[in-house]
Amino acid sequence: MFAVAQKELKILFCSPLAWVVLALAQVVFAWMFLAYLDTFLEIQPQLVKIANPPGVTESIVAPLFVVAAIVLLTATPLLTARLIAEERRNQTLTFLISAPVSISDIVLGKFLGLMIFFCAIIALVVALSVSLLIGGKLDFGLLLSNIAGLSLLAASFAGLGLYISCLSSQPATAGAGTLGILLGLWAMDNVTAESTDGIVRHLSLLAHYANFNRGVIDSFDLAYFAIFIVIFLLLSIRRLDSERLHD
Amino acid sequence: MIRDTTLAIVARGLCRHFGPRVAVKDIDVELGHGEVLGFLGPNGAGKSTVMRMLTGNLAPSAGTIEIGGIDLIARPEEAKNRLGYLPEMAPLYRELTVTEYLRFAARLHGVDSSKIPFALDRATKRCGLDDNGNRLIGSLSKGYRQRVGIAQAIIHDPAVIILDEPTAGLDPNQVREIRTLIRELGSERSVIVSTHILPEVESVCDRVQIINEGCTVFTGHIAMLKQQGISVEEVFVRSTMNSESQADI
Repeated sequence: MFAVAQKELKILFCSPLAWVVLALAQVVFAWMFLAYLDTFLEIQPQLVKIANPPGVTESIVAPLFVVAAIVLLTATPLLTARLIAEERRNQTLTFLISAPVSISDIVLGKFLGLMIFFCAIIALVVALSVSLLIGGKLDFGLLLSNIAGLSLLAASFAGLGLYISCLSSQPATAGAGTLGILLGLWAMDNVTAESTDGIVRHLSLLAHYANFNRGVIDSFDLAYFAIFIVIFLLLSIRRLDSERLHD
Repeated sequence: MIRDTTLAIVARGLCRHFGPRVAVKDIDVELGHGEVLGFLGPNGAGKSTVMRMLTGNLAPSAGTIEIGGIDLIARPEEAKNRLGYLPEMAPLYRELTVTEYLRFAARLHGVDSSKIPFALDRATKRCGLDDNGNRLIGSLSKGYRQRVGIAQAIIHDPAVIILDEPTAGLDPNQVREIRTLIRELGSERSVIVSTHILPEVESVCDRVQIINEGCTVFTGHIAMLKQQGISVEEVFVRSTMNSESQADI
């Protein structure tokens, strides 16, 4: 499993793709970060007059994490598309399957490799947030809740993308499919934004992330993410296994 | 020649159908220790399907496979550890260097990390890759890629090596080199070579098994054929001719 994860990371960082994604993510984060910081500094004089004013974490860090979620959403298809589809296309999937490792080792290795890369993106956001310590205090509880939420969200995206990649032998098709589904999930969240209840909202990934974003760690949200991730990993394993059986 | 009583591979009654189409029906494969078995057949005869079943890439619809006495279906990981496989298209990552790729192959096959440098050294020497360790696989010529493919199959020192058309698309010199390599490997391990190049079988194999339309149509020792003055080509044509027209379906 670790051998597969290590190989994934090696190949990822060999290609310009990883660096381009990291660089662009950093540009977007820095831009938004400065914009939020600017706004905060402008309204700060008025905020002081309120009895219980929102702090920097609430007004800069939390919105930044929302942006980070969207960046991850768009970056995921680029990174997950090739996971299995490319192995299949280059006939290297045979190589992995002939090796004395189980299908679940392959799938988990791929997932782990991608998660390590996602952690690098998340680290960029965290580094920006922590830089606020220079000029003030941070609410570390809220920050941790955001980090946990974003990690879970990234893992869900990765699981979904991995499964879609298992279905296809064309990385581009897998990428388009993943992007479509993720955008669909996002749109679902926007459509149902007014009504806080209802089944559709319960299914939306970003709605569950919103609670983490506010600093609320609800066991219902945790369960939702855990189930989402496990289901797609199991589906991926099953899919690759059934290929051996039915082809 | 079979030099030992125990067998490296025993597959009995292998069947495989893809939907209604029967690709392989009731094939037995036996491979003795230190034996090189030539697996022959016209295109579309089911050679690759059998190879994929023997390496655990495809589950047989019926039949049993034992590698070194271990059931491939019940204990896949143990059985696969004794196998080295080079598929029809060498499974290579173009982005990696030869050393990186072989190190990954070694780790994937559970080679102890302290033994990896030794395994790497042995496999690269054996396949004539000594000076190419730092080259990207994507920049290698077809012949060298094939060597990397073979190096990958022997990196974990398996008892059984399965090579699917290892000389396809190579120039005559490279073909000769690869054949020499196969002969060398065959002196200490068991090898199955699938091919449809008949002289290749005569020069590297101890025994030949010809399949056609998913069935075994001939099996015999090369030495015996030579004794009787029959060429492999004659046998091949005789046993596959009568249904040539259907062979590609």
